[in-house]
Amino acid sequence: MIIDTTEIETINSFSKLESLKEVYGIIWMLVPILTLVLGITIGVLVIVWLEREISAGIQQRIGPEYAGPLGILQALADGTKLLLKENLIPSTGDTRLFSIGPSIAVISIFLSYSVIPFGDHLVLADLSIGVFLWIAISSIAPVGLLMSGYGSNNKYSFLGGLRAAAQSISYEIPLALCVLSISLLSNSSSTVDIVEAQSKYGFWGWNLWRQPIGFIVFIISSLAECERLPFDLPEAEEELVAGYQTEYSGIKFGLFYIASYLNLLVSSLFVTILYLGGWNLSIPYIFVPDLFDINKRGKVFGTLIGLFITLAKTYLFLFIPIATRWTLPRLRMDQLLNLGWKFLLPISLGNLLLTTSSQLLSL
Amino acid sequence: MFLLYEYDFFWAFLIISILVPILAFFISGVLAPISKGPEKLSTYESGIEPMGDAWLQFRIRYYMFALVFVVFDVETVFLYPWAMSFDVLGVSVFIEAFIFVLILIIGLVYAWRKGALEWS
Repeated sequence: MIIDTTEIETINSFSKLESLKEVYGIIWMLVPILTLVLGITIGVLVIVWLEREISAGIQQRIGPEYAGPLGILQALADGTKLLLKENLIPSTGDTRLFSIGPSIAVISIFLSYSVIPFGDHLVLADLSIGVFLWIAISSIAPVGLLMSGYGSNNKYSFLGGLRAAAQSISYEIPLALCVLSISLLSNSSSTVDIVEAQSKYGFWGWNLWRQPIGFIVFIISSLAECERLPFDLPEAEEELVAGYQTEYSGIKFGLFYIASYLNLLVSSLFVTILYLGGWNLSIPYIFVPDLFDINKRGKVFGTLIGLFITLAKTYLFLFIPIATRWTLPRLRMDQLLNLGWKFLLPISLGNLLLTTSSQLLSL
Repeated sequence: MFLLYEYDFFWAFLIISILVPILAFFISGVLAPISKGPEKLSTYESGIEPMGDAWLQFRIRYYMFALVFVVFDVETVFLYPWAMSFDVLGVSVFIEAFIFVLILIIGLVYAWRKGALEWS
């Protein structure tokens, strides 16, 4: 009897240890995730500030200046204000769809960040389907927009939601085909492998030079996917008030706002990863002094440099979409669909065949 | 749920990101003021009272686009495994994929000429 009880006790203590280990495992899993969430949030705040400052510069205004030095805290102040505002839910609308809509939009875009390599193996989940996961998940967001447009029971919102869905499905195929050409070049869909395939020959190894057509198609399609000017038809102020966001106020509007900037950041990051060589310094080898040679430095330092280079490329690229916003006029709906289906789709298919042919020659 | 270990982080990230809007709704529910009124809660229609419901039947022109989209999206999904093992598969599979793409291009031309891609 005594032996039995001690045995049971030992087994119990073992299982306790196991559960403790599991708890520690979960906590260790949470650390990188929460760091990523914090980093993304700061990144979005920076984008909002950058967009306001650049817009002000283009329009010869001053822009935000009171909240913090150079108005750097303006986005934070806006967010806090939205958090304190009343949440109005239209009485004739569908309450559940109305609340779930913005949540789905934010969650689906958040998830795309899990496959982005910010530095040398500084990636949350290095999945073998990497880029494909982004394409798959980012197409869930329009479902949320459609839900919120339908749930508002407002004609403007409904039309805006439909437009958002139509636009994102029209531009998703050229986008997916461009990514397909890239993964064909590097024989992998993993984001880490795609960046490593571009690491030779400095910036001459970038996919930008091997895929110039794909690069342009990718930029146009990702602008359309982000619903930014000249493709912001779902929220065209002159026709649809504010599109699917018409009825939204308070933090639910804030979620849409965050979602649009998250989307902009993620597409810019993907441009960096797919076409601009990711975390590589990308200056031809002769010019690299020992200080920047990542292999000779410590691992932490190398990773930090990689992170810095990725973010620098991303934020420099962001100037293009922001400047486009104040340069090009908005398209009409039929022009938008024509551009997507009759121009970008054939071109991206041709680009794919061209890429395969050239790959076939080099086999 | 955790059958594929690569995806552990993905699932954990999914849970955390679901918590983000829930947390936002909770905080705003505690902090935000509530003052209801019939006019305030009616839907916006340029300042006049809303005429009827928005949930009505009308011709959705995006329907044909959605159909063509399904065809091409499935095509792209089928092409991905081929692209990832392109260097292993070689010329014969390239010809097969080329025929596959060609059929879809013919489909696109057909849809184009039938007017499925026309607005109005």
